[in-house]
Amino acid sequence: MRRCAVAEPLLQIEALTKRFGGVVASDAISLEVPRGELHAVIGPNGAGKTTLIAQLTGELAPNAGRIRFDGADITAVPVYRRSQLGLARSFQVTSLFLDFSALDNVALAVQAHAGHSFRFWRNARREPELRAPARAALERVGLGSRAEVLVANLSHGEHRQLEIAMALATRPRMLLLDEPMAGMGPEESARMVRMLRELKQELTILLIEHDMEAVFALADRITVLVYGRVIASGAPDAIRQNAEVREAYLGEQQVVAHG
Amino acid sequence: MTPMVNARNLVVAALLAFLLLLPVYAGVTGNPFLLTLFTRIVILALAATSLNLILGYGGMVSFGHAAYLGIGGYAIGILASEGITSGFVQWPVALIVSALVALIIGLFCLRTRGVYFIMITLAFAQMVYYVAAGLARYGGDDGLTIYRRSQFDGLNLSNKPTFYYLCLALLLGTIFLVWRLVNSRFGLVIQGARSNERRMQSIGFPTFRYRLTCFVIAGTLCGLAGALLANHTDFVSPAMMYWTRSGDLIVMVVLGGMSSTFGPLIGAVALLVLEEALSGLTEYWQIILGPLLLLVVLFARGGIDGLLEAASLRPRLGGGADAKVRRG
Repeated sequence: MRRCAVAEPLLQIEALTKRFGGVVASDAISLEVPRGELHAVIGPNGAGKTTLIAQLTGELAPNAGRIRFDGADITAVPVYRRSQLGLARSFQVTSLFLDFSALDNVALAVQAHAGHSFRFWRNARREPELRAPARAALERVGLGSRAEVLVANLSHGEHRQLEIAMALATRPRMLLLDEPMAGMGPEESARMVRMLRELKQELTILLIEHDMEAVFALADRITVLVYGRVIASGAPDAIRQNAEVREAYLGEQQVVAHG
Repeated sequence: MTPMVNARNLVVAALLAFLLLLPVYAGVTGNPFLLTLFTRIVILALAATSLNLILGYGGMVSFGHAAYLGIGGYAIGILASEGITSGFVQWPVALIVSALVALIIGLFCLRTRGVYFIMITLAFAQMVYYVAAGLARYGGDDGLTIYRRSQFDGLNLSNKPTFYYLCLALLLGTIFLVWRLVNSRFGLVIQGARSNERRMQSIGFPTFRYRLTCFVIAGTLCGLAGALLANHTDFVSPAMMYWTRSGDLIVMVVLGGMSSTFGPLIGAVALLVLEEALSGLTEYWQIILGPLLLLVVLFARGGIDGLLEAASLRPRLGGGADAKVRRG
């Protein structure tokens, strides 16, 4: 009965504002991400993209505004609860457990969503209910053969893939991807785009990315941030034509112009 | 996978065999001093094992761990001086009080990180130290003599070999417990929080409550060591929780090998035997011990156990060096 008229968006951001001293990093940002959409947020360096993600995950508290996830106000909900509610995040700067194996990393993410961890006796590395889903997530991002390798010994591209595998292993309803292609070569980027296109079939995604080619290839809608303010939001074609966007990106990204 | 028979396992097995047979040797040679020394070593190894749980696996560098030695010890001493000598009362009290104090200290300390955590644990331990020194009724600065060891039916703690074996059994039990703990779901959360706490929260772990639980478990186990130490020396005083004692425990863990199952035991044996041997040679034994410790910290980051492990792996290094997963 609840969702009879218009389907409520999965993520709603209302007038979100974050100030650091005199700098307004998020200036009354509002945006909505309906279920199933891949929504990209782009903007020049310093536009406040990472600040926005940090507020969505709960690492930063906004000065004003509200965040609603699946109808519930999560503005003041702590980081770990948001993850439990189904909001998963991958980090811009790879943030993994370097002294664990790849499989251990993903198994921890599975464990985080398999009840409490006040279990003191059984060897967690031998629990099939943790290892099997972790292996599946690794297979999915193409790291199946690297499961036992210590994360410190994986390549940069593999770290990025592992980031996604960990986010997936929490069985999220929505993925927040903070520059998943950062530092990747063209081949690796192409592989990541293929993977995101697949994930898009079943997950709602908010993608922050510098790689314009990838953004225009993947996004259903795009929001453009400049100095913490939303200057445009809409379908990729509309964004490409938008004069204000072209001005903001002039000299920085030609890709927007000829797409 | 390392083979079952390797340098590290051989050393650990030899050490355990030595510890098990020591009372026999002491009995045959009629050398009670060795048994007294090793009873102390075994007890402090238990304390170091408990510290390793938070320091090695949890990354919580507590500079106040000796406080629980004192609390466990004073629980025994105070109850004994009030005429309560039953171990079935004394020991649970020692454990519960240690756990409660660890809970209170942990609630404050675990909100801080790094150097602040070190300093605040030290500050709390010094507070406990001064509280003990202020207990005029129980000897204050001078300490408190325990005239009767804890009474257990069918177990005479005044019998040296019996007491030694009790300490050894509790040490081995604790090592086993910690080993199970660090490989359980709980232990992986603790180690994950050491490695990257921010990421742990972002994948959905409320890390604070797990780290606090770990802190309390470690404090309780160290309280047990304190109860043993009080019975061993028949005496408690504030000195048993002075900050240098906390430092000794850290040295044992680092010397033996952080986050290694038998590391704290190896470290306790190495440090205390070395201390004993060197102090027999010269009055200035610390001048020799200091540089030795420095060498270990600089060149063997995994401590003695790390060196042994490296020696065990060397013939196989050509193979899957990157497949080596750090084991608990």
